Amino acid sequence: MSEPLLSVEELQVRFQTYAGRVHAVNGMTFEVGRGEFFGLVGESGCGKSVTGLAILGMIPRGGAVASGRIRFHGEDLLTKSDAQMRAIRGRHIAMIFQDPAATLNPVFTIGSQIVRVIRQHTSISPEEARRRALETLDAVALPDPPRIFRAYPHELSGGMQQRVMIAMALSCGAELLIADEPTTALDVTIQAQILGLLAEIRRRQGVSILLITHNLGVVAETCDRVAVAYAGRVVEVGRVEDVLFRPVHPYTQGLLAALPRAGQAKESLLSIPGSVPDGLALPSGCAFHPRCASAVELCRSGEPALTVVGPDGHRVACHLFRREGAA
Amino acid sequence: MERPAEASVAATPTLRVGPQRFRELGLMLQAFRRDPLAIASLVVIAVFVFGAIFAPVLTPYPRQGLGDPNILEKFRPPSLAHPLGTDNLGRDVLARILFGGRTSLSIGFLVVLIAVAIGAPLGAIAGYYGGWVDDVVMRVTDVFLAFPSLLLAMAIAGALGASFVHAMIAIALTWWPWYTRLVRAQTVSLRERYFIEAARSIGVRSPTIIVRHVLPNVFTPVLVQATMDLGSAILTGAAISFIGLGVRPPTAEWGTMISTGRIYFIERPWLAGSAGAAIFLVTLAFNLLGDAVRDAVDPRTRRAAE
Amino acid sequence: MSATAARGAGPDRGMPLATAAPLLEVKELSVHFAIRGGLAPWRRRYVRAVDGVDLTIGRRETLGVVGESGCGKTTLGRAILRLIEPTGGQVLLEGQDILRLSGSELRAMRRHMQIVFQNPYSSFDPRFTVLNAVAEPLRTHTRLRGEALRERVVAVLEQCGMPGDMLYRYPHEFSGGQLQRIAIARALALNPKLLVLDEPTSALDVSVQAQIINLLLRLQRELELTYLFISHDLSVVQHTSDRIAVMYLGKIVELSETAALFSGGARHPYTRALLASAPMLDPELRRERIVLQGGVPDPANPPPGCAFHPRCPGAEEACAQAAPALIDIGGGHLVACHRIGG
Repeated sequence: MSEPLLSVEELQVRFQTYAGRVHAVNGMTFEVGRGEFFGLVGESGCGKSVTGLAILGMIPRGGAVASGRIRFHGEDLLTKSDAQMRAIRGRHIAMIFQDPAATLNPVFTIGSQIVRVIRQHTSISPEEARRRALETLDAVALPDPPRIFRAYPHELSGGMQQRVMIAMALSCGAELLIADEPTTALDVTIQAQILGLLAEIRRRQGVSILLITHNLGVVAETCDRVAVAYAGRVVEVGRVEDVLFRPVHPYTQGLLAALPRAGQAKESLLSIPGSVPDGLALPSGCAFHPRCASAVELCRSGEPALTVVGPDGHRVACHLFRREGAA
Repeated sequence: MERPAEASVAATPTLRVGPQRFRELGLMLQAFRRDPLAIASLVVIAVFVFGAIFAPVLTPYPRQGLGDPNILEKFRPPSLAHPLGTDNLGRDVLARILFGGRTSLSIGFLVVLIAVAIGAPLGAIAGYYGGWVDDVVMRVTDVFLAFPSLLLAMAIAGALGASFVHAMIAIALTWWPWYTRLVRAQTVSLRERYFIEAARSIGVRSPTIIVRHVLPNVFTPVLVQATMDLGSAILTGAAISFIGLGVRPPTAEWGTMISTGRIYFIERPWLAGSAGAAIFLVTLAFNLLGDAVRDAVDPRTRRAAE
Repeated sequence: MSATAARGAGPDRGMPLATAAPLLEVKELSVHFAIRGGLAPWRRRYVRAVDGVDLTIGRRETLGVVGESGCGKTTLGRAILRLIEPTGGQVLLEGQDILRLSGSELRAMRRHMQIVFQNPYSSFDPRFTVLNAVAEPLRTHTRLRGEALRERVVAVLEQCGMPGDMLYRYPHEFSGGQLQRIAIARALALNPKLLVLDEPTSALDVSVQAQIINLLLRLQRELELTYLFISHDLSVVQHTSDRIAVMYLGKIVELSETAALFSGGARHPYTRALLASAPMLDPELRRERIVLQGGVPDPANPPPGCAFHPRCPGAEEACAQAAPALIDIGGGHLVACHRIGG
């Protein structure tokens, strides 16, 4: 594989709160290739959203990157100045969020907001910017772009607002789009539209997409590769076919077994006992060991590293597997 | 991460009776202790309250504090015998300030108490029931808010005569709508949460829900507002007395003292000056205390203080 | 068009076939909200959040209600419990019309029908201990006090998988899954007959969601409960429900056995689109994509005729004229579509 567009290496993020120090991200490692649709999936508190914000240098107050590297085009983003990061944000890496209504400014028209983003990153004339804004609105399949251009955010439905966010993200030709739960607030039928749109712009414009989500079904339908995160670390990563259909890590297996599926109505689901740990008091060793049915002594003491277990970079961080693999 | 309190508590032994509430209180007091302004304002208020309560024992001139004139010693400048001098009737100004504190502080506390007692339940009712109840209550509060308290005090003094009680009623009447607004807004946001609906679905009566679930949960913002309002209520009480519509002589009151003292202000500034300083200190102290209470109960500002 | 497809629980669960009378019958239930114009009644507009809904639930049965936001499913649940005052219709619990009860009769009736909410974090008064929260329904409806009350609380908590040693802890000390267990315990404290579950797992993580679903299924078996299971998540409803009602803009558009609906028996174009839109894990289960155009219309300004016709791939002229009735196309399978069975 050629050099990836984005690589996150052993990223650690800590938050200082009044209750103590929260270990939000604990050695997150993954790579997103050019033109790849990559899924980062996990439950609440697994550090997936913080990782997304860290890539853009937008960690909320109280938090900071403790160690690790975030390489984009081979350059470490963590060493960039604020001004350099501002130039990269929006221009090269763009982000869309779960709640588009909260991201759009209610007192400006859609058009003026997109034009402002374009002019902030390029030196084109207002007319040129306006034309490009209309083009991107058209590219995200919004009906009647001139009308949308003049509309205020509240005049659009949630799905249309999310399209506008995508248009805004694409308006400066970003190479990487980070989508943090982009369809969680939307209805299923609208979710299908937005996911279809993301897949289409990836195909048409070759944009890389980092999709952060809790929904395994969404990952299965859209992504090429996926990383499963637990307690701030990647526990399994690989092609979607491998990770979701031949899972190796007990957590991935448990997550998939816990999903209600066809043909087993009113039967007990397999569930993972206990609940997700929070970053204040992480378990020792492998963070999953207190909930893992096959945990052994080693799991309590040592943190497992990501090890290759299959083709196409299928890797897993689990002592059990390494032991079996070594045997 | 969203709920950082969870794990820390899960790690503690389980069977402890209500430790969390005390832990919260402890954190509050800790934050409070770290705030020098809060401590200073608390000390100032404590000194004035102490002085007012024990005025008869603290001053050698308790009769003068109650109003007895002593014409022979009028207009004495500050001295050892009279640390703040004497007034136009020869009374010890310090004694008058201490006794005046009884009146002024009572006005403050009683006004706020009456305002909370009327305003908070009405706000909870308006916010809880919504609909036309809300509309009616809120329009009534608007009507009361439209009256400046001084104007209302004039009207009441004109109709019933000037007195301590009438001044208090006048101020309280213009004060309660603020609590109605505050509590209503808090209640409306509480209603967004499911536990009020859960209580309804259980079959708890609405008045019980208001008393049991709504009012205790709006207590904190009301406490903050009340602390800040104490200072303003004292100030308003003094203003009403200053224009002669509140407390009547010979009862000591800071506003009346300024009113009398201002005639002699150029030559004998200690008369109006002492009373003015008392009002200023107490009002400022209550405002700063209110700020400190708000910061101490809000976990976000508490964290920032660390 | 009252659809009294009174079906009880099947004999497959080792129970005698349910008695003919269903536990709950909802007839022509409507909830119209006024969008208030303040004190100006002439500025009011109405939203038909629930518009003439008929349904029945047999004893020990789970009826799933699915639909997208704004379809009225949550309002339907609230209206059945009369937490929202319906505009018209009947809600018969064991034959008694809940909508005609007086205030005190209704409060007494509440012990038979309870609700579990979507967000466990806001389902509890932050100032109440677990003991006080779960004891509140018992204090309201029974004479249990002191030790007897405590014992009942511990028993019902343990039934819901919560250890009895956390009675004096406060809601914020628990995780979402634990709180949802306590919320279920509170709802079950009075042995209700009907439980309305309003998206009970939507706020929970996948691994915890499975625990709560299992708990609900076990409690239903053990306590012979009847559920109205409201959810936007098709797979959850599919897993928990005997029958499923699909709602769109305040109306039921299709109601059928779960198995039939999910094995290709869905007839209404909206149900089909909904099924096709849900992201599916297993590639072999992925259906032909039917991506609907546009979004759900403004409920205050619904389209004429069939509310779904502007988005319907097969809409005809008749669809814009009149709203289709919900008709039985056989075996209790109800569909409201001009192009089916009409």
